[in-house]
Amino acid sequence: MSFLSRAPAPAWPLAAPADEGPGNPWFSWRYVHDNADDILSAVQFHSSLTARAVIIALVVALPLAIVAYWWRPLTGPILALSGVLYTIPSLALLAMVAPAVGTTSDASVLIALVLYALLVLVRNTLAGLTQVPAEVRDAASGMGYGRLGLLLRIELPLALPGILTGLRLATVSTVALVTVGAMIGKGGLGDLILGGFGDNFYKAKIMTGAILCVALALVLDLALAGLGRLLTPWSRERRA
Amino acid sequence: MNYFREGFIWLNDPLNWTNPGGLLERLEEHLLISGWAVLLGCVVGWPLGIWLGHRGRGGGAVVTVANLTLAIPTLALLTILPLTPLGFGKPPVVVALAVFAVPPLLANAYTGLRQIDPETRDAARGMGLSGGQLLRRVELPLAVPYLAAGLRTAALQVVATAALAAFVNGGGLGQIIAAGFGVGMSNGGGGQIVAGGIVVALLALLVEALLAGVQRLVTPPALRGQRRRRPTAAAPAG
Repeated sequence: MSFLSRAPAPAWPLAAPADEGPGNPWFSWRYVHDNADDILSAVQFHSSLTARAVIIALVVALPLAIVAYWWRPLTGPILALSGVLYTIPSLALLAMVAPAVGTTSDASVLIALVLYALLVLVRNTLAGLTQVPAEVRDAASGMGYGRLGLLLRIELPLALPGILTGLRLATVSTVALVTVGAMIGKGGLGDLILGGFGDNFYKAKIMTGAILCVALALVLDLALAGLGRLLTPWSRERRA
Repeated sequence: MNYFREGFIWLNDPLNWTNPGGLLERLEEHLLISGWAVLLGCVVGWPLGIWLGHRGRGGGAVVTVANLTLAIPTLALLTILPLTPLGFGKPPVVVALAVFAVPPLLANAYTGLRQIDPETRDAARGMGLSGGQLLRRVELPLAVPYLAAGLRTAALQVVATAALAAFVNGGGLGQIIAAGFGVGMSNGGGGQIVAGGIVVALLALLVEALLAGVQRLVTPPALRGQRRRRPTAAAPAG
């Protein structure tokens, strides 16, 4: 992209007033072309933050769900806690995390994102695990599977569709939530959206950010759906 | 924990509550915006969901729409709508929030009507009820728990998301947080940010508890036993 950045900053759209129709279009390839570097780095930051949040959440959520599954008395409290945390608005969460962690680091956005993704994942993993038929579990125990073997070889594979549904939900909503980080200037594509709003209502910038956000969510969702098909070949056969 | 203490100190100052643009005024704005948004969502979502559920068609489309809205960043909608003919001020914010209220209302109204036992329908039809009578006397009463669940999800989502209206100066409690970030962390804005966060979180929890109670009240005792998980498609509160 170096040949693009060589040109001086474009003078036309940045100061276009909001009411000027043709001067401030909803979408302009020229904007995309001229700001390719900015847009690319925003997409990169957005996807890396999403990926980090979802992966950390998955690493924490799986053991948590298994603990809740093995020790039934813990199921209620863990679900209740996730419900309460889930209720708290993202902006409020960010407002409480950011001063403690520091507003200049993206860690504060990451923490808020992980918390939300965590809740979706724990709920769905637990739902997936509890709907493993009791007969299947009995049969496996009869074949000599221990608790861990049962979990790794039977229960987790059977819960995979539930886990993947949670993963897809968590990913899509995380992509949308990253934009809230624009409040402290760490929002990836959200920075474009809010930046466009601040740049004298620069519509093309806002739309580019919004469209890329939705596109990123769809691409990740489809990728995870494809992964799900690969990982659970048996569910395809049953439907046919 | 130092920041939390600053937050509570900020909350302890009565001026921060009663000043112009203080907590009370913002709270009123917040509830007003949320109320209109939920109302608008109900006006659009319920008739459509009930009609689709009554006809028994379009379920796939409902689910698809509900899932797609998850991917739309609230922030984008909030910044785009003021630039349309809607103009600035409260209307675009209300419309943007209503967009996020419709899917849970629609999906729950649809499933509420679809989950009714086909035999009940057949029996009602056998008794000579017309389509409209079937809907009013049999289907709608049986779907009330689902309608209530949808309303609860939608209302919570809207109250939580309304905090983001601050991004476009739309008012509401988010404005307290935004102003805090504007003041800057080093100038004592931290306390205000935390205080705003606490108030918004408490309001969301309060609304959730209140509506959970309402949902329980309108659910006929016979149906209370079979607890339903809330639709997982509900987005985290924007």
